[in-house]
Parts: sequence; C-alpha cells; structure tokens
Amino acid sequence: MPQILVESLAKSYRVAERAPGVAGALGGLLRRRWREVKALVDVSFTLEAGELLSFIGPNGAGKSTTIKILSGILRPSSGRVEVGGLVPYEDRLRHVARIGVVFGQRSQLWWDLPVLDGFDLLADIYRIEPERYRRRRDELVALLRLEPLLAQPVRQLSLGQRMRAEFAAALLHDPAILFLDEPTIGLDAPSKLAVRDFVKRLNRERNVTVLLTTHDMHDVEALAERVIVIGQGRLLADSSLDRLRSGVFAERRLWVDFARDAPTLDMPGVAVRARTARSLELAFDPARIPAAKLIAAIAAEHAVDDIHVEEPAIEEVIARFYDLHDSSEA
Amino acid sequence: MQAWHRPYVAAFRARFLLMLQYRAAALAGFATQCWWGAIKIMVYAAFYETAAAAAPLSLGDVITYTWLGQAFLALLPWVADPEVGLSIRTGGVGYDRLRPLDTYSYWYARTLGWIIARALPRAVLMLVAAGIVLPLVGLQEWAWQPPSGIEAALLFVPALLLMVMLAVAVLMLANIVVAASLNERGVNAVLTPLVIVLSGSLVPLDFFPDAVRPLLHVQPFAGLVDIPFRIYFADLRGTAALQGLALQAGWTLALIGLGRLAMAQMMRRLEMQGG
Repeated sequence: MPQILVESLAKSYRVAERAPGVAGALGGLLRRRWREVKALVDVSFTLEAGELLSFIGPNGAGKSTTIKILSGILRPSSGRVEVGGLVPYEDRLRHVARIGVVFGQRSQLWWDLPVLDGFDLLADIYRIEPERYRRRRDELVALLRLEPLLAQPVRQLSLGQRMRAEFAAALLHDPAILFLDEPTIGLDAPSKLAVRDFVKRLNRERNVTVLLTTHDMHDVEALAERVIVIGQGRLLADSSLDRLRSGVFAERRLWVDFARDAPTLDMPGVAVRARTARSLELAFDPARIPAAKLIAAIAAEHAVDDIHVEEPAIEEVIARFYDLHDSSEA
Repeated sequence: MQAWHRPYVAAFRARFLLMLQYRAAALAGFATQCWWGAIKIMVYAAFYETAAAAAPLSLGDVITYTWLGQAFLALLPWVADPEVGLSIRTGGVGYDRLRPLDTYSYWYARTLGWIIARALPRAVLMLVAAGIVLPLVGLQEWAWQPPSGIEAALLFVPALLLMVMLAVAVLMLANIVVAASLNERGVNAVLTPLVIVLSGSLVPLDFFPDAVRPLLHVQPFAGLVDIPFRIYFADLRGTAALQGLALQAGWTLALIGLGRLAMAQMMRRLEMQGG
C-alpha cells in the first residue's frame, strides 16, 4: 500500500465572469454568469514512503491545488485520495498531525512574535510533550543554524532566514510527510542551496517523504529522482528526470578537441553539427549509441585532448515539454 | 500535557500578551471614553432636570451605567477580528486548517484574547478615574458607584463573563462572514450601528418606546450591555436577574452553534486563489 494514493483526482472552481467595462459591470448586477474552471482533471499517481517527488508545471497548472488537497485544506470535486490510509479532507485532524507543510509564499510563523515564541506556540498547538519538543527543537535549531535568530521577531528576518525558520516550524511535530509548495521562491543562491541540502538530508537520513512543487529547475535537478509534470490540470508525465529529458530531446551533444586536425567521422547515429580545425561538435542519439561507447570509439582511433558531453539544460527540456503538450499558460 | 485545551489556552495567551503591548492605543481609547462618558452624563443630567419623573432609571444608575459602558466599550463586538481579515488576505487561513485543531475553537480563543486584552487596561483605568478619582475630588454624585449590594456584585461576575463569551460568539459570526466574503468592511459597517444601538450602549434599552421594548429585552445584543449592567445596580434582581443570565447563556450557545454551522459550511466551500 503506497503512502500517498491519488486516483482520478479532479477539482473545478466556479468563477463569476463578466464582460469588461461599465456595461459588463451593470450586467453583472442583474445576471451573473459562471464559468467552470478545471484546476485538475483526472490526476492519478502513487508515492511510497521515503520517496522524493517534484511537481513541476507552468503557473496555474494545478500543482498547488494538488498540494492543498493532499494536505486537507481543499476538498476535490471527485476522485480518491488517501495519505497514510486517511482521506485528508474527511479525517483532517488526524491527518494534519502527521504532515508538515511549507508554503514558500506564506508564513506560518507569527509576524510579531520572536521565532522561539512561535515554536513554543506550535508545540502547544501540536500538543508535543515538552521533553520531546525541546529535543526536536534543539536539533532543528542546530541543523538550520537558527540559534542567532531565536530572539528576533519574525518580521525582522530576511527571507532566507525566515525560510529556515519556516522549515523548523513545519517539522517540530516530526511529520512523516513533508509538502513543500515552492520552497525556494525568491531565495538567494546560498539559501537555495541550503534548502535543497536540508530537504535532501531529511529525505535520505530521516526517510521523510517529500512532495514539492517548484519552478526552479535546479531544485528538480538537485532533489528529485522522480518528476511529475502537470499542465492545465492534467498529468503529462511521471518519470525520472533522465527519462523525461531523453523523451523530449532524443539528441545529445558531444564536443571533442583533437590533438591533431579533426578527422572526418563516419559513424552510424552520429552527425557532425559543427567543426573547426581541431574540434568537432557531434550530435548523437543515446538510444542508438550510448555516450560511453561513442567516446570509447573516438578515443580508440584518434588522439583526443578533451571531450565533454552536454545535456540539454533542464529549463530547455521543460519549456520544450510544455510546448510539445501545448500546455504553457494560456 | 496532552490535554485537549492546551492549544486553545496557548493561542489565547499569545494573542492576549501581544495585544496588551499596545499601550498607546489603550491610553488613547481611555481618553476618548472619558471625554465621551462625560458628555453623555451631562446630556442625561440636562434631561433629568426637566423630566426626571418620566425616566425609567434614576440619574445615579444612569451615570453608573454610562461609566460601565465606557469602561467595557472595547468588549463590544462591533468590528470583526482584524487578524481574521488579514489571514484571509495573506492565506494564513490555509495554515489554520493545517493545525490539528477545531478551527472554530482556535479562532474563538484568539478573538477572546484580543478582545480581553483590548478591554482590560481601559476598564482598569476607567474604574480608577470614574470610581476612585471622581469621589476623591468631591464629584461623588457623578461617580461610578459600587454594585448595589452583595447579591448584585455576585451576580455581576457571571453576567460579565457571559457578556464576554457572547461578544466573542457575535464576533465569530462576523469573522466567518469576513472569511466568506473576503472583506471586512461590509460586515463592520452593518455590525457597528447594530451593536451600539441594540446592546443598549448608546442609551439604555428602557429608554426606547414601549412598543419595541419587550422585543429589545430578549434579542441577543441585550446580553452585551443592558442585562449585565442592570444586574450591577440591581435593576434586575432575583428571578429577573437569573432570567437575564439565562438569556445571555442561551444566546451565547445559540450563536456559537450557528457560528459552527456557518464555519463548517464555509470551509467546505473554501477555495484558495492562485496556482
């Protein structure tokens, strides 16, 4: 039995619609027209305990809606959801005690309270035993380097500092599952690295199941073995990052610098894209000839100075993927 | 320490302690309420000089009623809890739903902390000013008088308690409407005049015409000012006082029930914007 089970999940909203301008506003007074917006359509996937899954997709694709349903805030229009054997929105109280959530764009700490007071309050809210709480808190404070921030009111923290405090706040009650909705949004490079490192350790060392949404492809590259792509409420792909990449770009590039003049290469499945006197840029299909084999073959016959394979940048892969599925934000 | 009430007590305490720090607001409120109380008392005095016989309460009682009203003005549920409006706009409501708590009780505890912390310093200052300073400077007849006897004093304790519970039950309804309509201005615009007039805060309910008085005495807002204050100076005593307390308690329970229903309904339809 997987820890998270999502079956034919659908969620639609009704939004009021009116024509622009004065006439539209007056018309809206008399008769309101409703339009149904399908935020999620038939989304299914499962997740085992201890897995780390990234949700990616354009703005408005339904990533956050999925997280909100899984965390028990929203109820779906139809479909079946079970997390650890519970239906989140039916058994909310028991469910939320077992999960931690960080929304990158919102704060769960009390703006006017010092960080430590906020933690104490959360300990009361989750009814954590004092001894257990102290141990857990000290551990998180050390891990996230929060010691110097504890006495500061949350409003005085920088975004990076606040985010570290948010992570601690979400983990005080030792949840088995962590939902992260754009956890690195707006952070500077060192803070992003720190967040990624922390999430990875949590997942590897503590076996915490992590489900995160992001727009930052470096998050995906650094964190997730498994990626789900959603576009316009539909699940477009559920695979490893490598497979996603090779599915979109069959072709990869190989740069070779030769010790002498560049030879003319004639190998099946390999095309010369560009050449200078002593170097070649080759395009090859890894499905037909694996990179290792190609490199070995070239090195066996020619004196090679330098050689490197380039993967298409992850941004490129995803943008291309959205295009292929015609799912960039409308 | 696994007691069910621990989170709610903590939420109350946090809000109470935080709100208590706003000393400038308390002082400003106190100053306004002194000024306003003095004006009201002067208006009553002028009225009683020409028509004392027609008045349903004695001037002394009306003066005490006025000071009590000024002291506990901040307990009146006339604006929805601003924290709820803020958390609706910033998405904090989502986090509230992520806590293993009964959301109604959680909000109730926080609003209770807010309203008590707002009222407490003003009430104490007003008691000192109108109950102690005025008699000391020789203005005994314009002062806030102690309760009329032991019975009145003892009955006023539960009456005050119920007044607070009822006020928060009303505020919770306002909070829920704010949350559902995503805006607090409409609610407050309706709530403020309703509460001020119907609670007896503007003028005691006995000053209203005979035709509407019976109705005014049994509507929920009467429990916010009229009932507890009349218990204080024993205008309501014995059975009438107990009936008053029962009315306060009954409305409190009814409004809490209504609030819980409304909140469950709202949370079922809750939609969060964005992504």
